[in-house]
Amino acid sequence: MSGQDMMLEVEDLVMTYGGFRAVDGCSFSVREGTITGLIGPNGAGKTTTFNMVAGAIPPTSGRIRYLGQDVTDLSTDKRFHLGLVRTFQIPHEFHRLTALENLMMVPPRQSGEGLLANWLSPGRVRADEERVRARAVETLAFLELTHVADERAGNLSGGQKKLLELGRTMMTDAKLVLLDEPAAGVNRTLLRKLEEKIAILNRERGYTFVLIEHDMEMIEKLCDPVVCMAEGRVLIEGDFATVRSDPRVLEAYLGETVGDAA
Amino acid sequence: MEWLGFVNYAVFMAIFIGIYALLALGLNIQWGYTGLFNAGIAGFFAVGAYTSAILTSPFAEGRVGGFDLPVPVGWLGAMVAAGLIAWPIGKICLRLRSDYLAIATIGVAEIIRLVVKSESWLTNAARGITDIPRPFGDLAYTMSQLAYLAIVAGVLLVAYLLVERQFASPWGRMMRAIRDNEDAARAMGKDVPYRRLEAFIFGSALMGLGGALFAHFNRTITPEAIDPMVATFLVWIMLILGGSGNNRGAILGVAVVWIIWSMSEIVTDRLPHEYAVKAKYLRVFLIGLMLQVVLRFRPEGLLPEPQKRGPRPDPAASGARPPASPD
Repeated sequence: MSGQDMMLEVEDLVMTYGGFRAVDGCSFSVREGTITGLIGPNGAGKTTTFNMVAGAIPPTSGRIRYLGQDVTDLSTDKRFHLGLVRTFQIPHEFHRLTALENLMMVPPRQSGEGLLANWLSPGRVRADEERVRARAVETLAFLELTHVADERAGNLSGGQKKLLELGRTMMTDAKLVLLDEPAAGVNRTLLRKLEEKIAILNRERGYTFVLIEHDMEMIEKLCDPVVCMAEGRVLIEGDFATVRSDPRVLEAYLGETVGDAA
Repeated sequence: MEWLGFVNYAVFMAIFIGIYALLALGLNIQWGYTGLFNAGIAGFFAVGAYTSAILTSPFAEGRVGGFDLPVPVGWLGAMVAAGLIAWPIGKICLRLRSDYLAIATIGVAEIIRLVVKSESWLTNAARGITDIPRPFGDLAYTMSQLAYLAIVAGVLLVAYLLVERQFASPWGRMMRAIRDNEDAARAMGKDVPYRRLEAFIFGSALMGLGGALFAHFNRTITPEAIDPMVATFLVWIMLILGGSGNNRGAILGVAVVWIIWSMSEIVTDRLPHEYAVKAKYLRVFLIGLMLQVVLRFRPEGLLPEPQKRGPRPDPAASGARPPASPD
């Protein structure tokens, strides 16, 4: 499972908390340009795997390769600068910043982030700031959040915060975006919009996505391939139809039916 | 000359407000904008006060210095020294969560106080450092006070403009983001420990400058001046009451709290002796009560953190296309 077009390779990842093995030898890879779905019952270790891939927690053992480079020991912020960007399952907005500021803080290497640049090269800082603002305004428009641009992010609805999370990934030159349950808590209408946005970003911006999701309709619509995890391990990988009809998957969900048929 | 006494008192109070305003601005950088719980303001205040005292006072037998350097050199030295002390403390403690940082900084401030109190080769121990030059100190009393007030006001104005500009910049936005959600800031590529260290050093340098202005105003500095009650907690109350995250609020809070604090001293001093002693504690109680009332009814302070409003985005520009890739 190794090759030039592999964007992400997760090898034998393990995460133990005390005696509990939250992730227990998880391996999978993500091909460039795909929207890979990551499904599995609650407690399967999906979010823990995400946290390790994003660099939020160091794995107990195992390796993570991104664009052919071993990033296992790289900090989160360094992975971000390589284009590996994540969103959070529970929205992590900057609650006292406005929606616009939430986006404007994202772009890396802004000249105004230096303590001295504001005094030594104010012209460059201003020019940078204009560019960043224009991009943030565009992104808000794309997400249809223009009307709340000046609202504190903490006052937005759950769904709007989810959109803002997605928006942050659009403020940098992301290559691989990890989306952790983008649909959770989002109403149906907004959800369809969100699917549309993800598909557009994949098609037109060339983002590769890994998507944790419980909404099977969304998985079916967007994801190929689909990876199913259970008890910290990958159970099966394949297209949606294959994964969905696999008896092991049905068993893993313990009666929880996979798919909209239920 | 009743009115002259009044003017003198007002000027005296204004000078103290200016000095405390520097401490509050320093704390605002650390707490208001970056979320760092520094409970050791008195320590950085002391480092600044003593550094400038050692650098500018005339030579004295039995302790380091004095080097008799010009006053501005002393003030610069105070900022550098406070920043240098802040660097290792920040390096070690900023990994801790906010409440642990508070405990660690209280401890560090206490260590600094003990060093100041006992290392006579450095600080002349309990006797303190005297003969600290005060700019325009040889003018007549009122003129000298007014001149010093002008200097304090000038320094404060420069510090205020500096901090305000920094906050309005992308640096300030990044700091507020780190304060609001550290994990997300990290996930958005910000080097959180480094940025926190920046804010910690920046704020501590201002506190050191406040200490230096205090020492030169009093012309002497003794360990008693490093009282956590007035040099740490009073500053906290000033910032919370005035509005953390707002520089003008910080300065307003300083003025309000300091006026109440020193006015209440006048009142209690007029009481008969047996009550006056007890009333001292009443002043502390009064300040504490005021903090409670503010936290209960106006937790954001008198002047809350301003909300940045950009030029309104064009609502007609909404569409379903993604923004073009940059550059």
